Amino acid sequence: MSESLHDSFFQALATEPLRPSDRPDELPSGLRDRLVAQASAERLLDVTYRVVDSPLGRLLLAATPAGLVRVAYAAQDHDAVLQELSDRIGSRVLLSPSGLDDVARQLEAYFDGRVALIDVPLDLRLAHGFRRDVLGHLRQIPFGETESYKEVATASGSPRAVRAVGSACATNPMPIVIPCHRVVRTGGGLGGYVGGLDAKRFLLDLEQAA
Amino acid sequence: MKQPFERAVTEHGPVVLRVCRATLGPADADDAWSETFLAALRAWPALPEDANVRGWLITIAHRKAIDVHRATARRPIPVDEIPEPRRAATDSPEESLPDDALWQSLAALPPKQRQCVAYHHVAGLPHAEVAAIIGGTEAAARRAAADGIAALRRTYLANEDVISHV
Repeated sequence: MSESLHDSFFQALATEPLRPSDRPDELPSGLRDRLVAQASAERLLDVTYRVVDSPLGRLLLAATPAGLVRVAYAAQDHDAVLQELSDRIGSRVLLSPSGLDDVARQLEAYFDGRVALIDVPLDLRLAHGFRRDVLGHLRQIPFGETESYKEVATASGSPRAVRAVGSACATNPMPIVIPCHRVVRTGGGLGGYVGGLDAKRFLLDLEQAA
Repeated sequence: MKQPFERAVTEHGPVVLRVCRATLGPADADDAWSETFLAALRAWPALPEDANVRGWLITIAHRKAIDVHRATARRPIPVDEIPEPRRAATDSPEESLPDDALWQSLAALPPKQRQCVAYHHVAGLPHAEVAAIIGGTEAAARRAAADGIAALRRTYLANEDVISHV
């Protein structure tokens, strides 16, 4: 047997598609769905996630059995976010290609201007103390309206904690769903945003137009 | 830092499926894969961070394959039914396409040779690791893999006419 024939034979063993329809480096999605289903039936999963396309790029959506726990922009580095979820919540993290359907559909409707409120169960375990109070208040700011950092501080029970409101927004674990983009500077300036200022402007314009 | 379990699925899931297919055939491979990753998910938090994840997964898959074999052996076979020589051909027609020839040849090997070929040549584990998984010495694992490959050359390569590609 010649050297090249030998090589092609071992190459075939290691890379021959399992089924003609498979790509060699990808799992059939049926197997993934089945693993997620079996694992959740046994309550084994700490976090499931999927990535969806949006007008603001690819968004990571992650949930625990208690509810949505994290939304992240591509700029936040999805791999780093998944590692952080693994460290803070648990390492039994699985991609669920057809999971988180409810929030995915509502987000799509929100970006189409068809719904004002993304109404899904939330798991706020990644936020603590005052930051969590702030997130609670942010959810009360109606679609299409804005508040200043100072107003949010006052409403959250600490009128002087304007900077802390800024950090609560900057560390919001679920941007868009918890609308930190509705918090702006007193003079009308945009302030900051986890997804970048273009994304913040896009969301405010979207809500004005709807 | 413990990696998210999804990393193990993405990085090693396809090769473990390939190994299940090589050791069990297409009909039982999906079940064995699912059982393997479910067991791995259960044990994941306790696995040391510097563990050899691929070797660990193949070890679990090896045990699951033995379970699947036992279950298949216990399954009663109705006497008035002629067993299909290639089950997959009836289950999913696309699996009987020529791409399948290599896997069919593997199925004809004795179990130990089939395992050693799968774990060494398909999964890329060193012979010493293969020996640790199936039992016996490294030399025996190397020998079984070599014998398996020699047999595959005779069957698969003869049938496939791969010679013409050289």
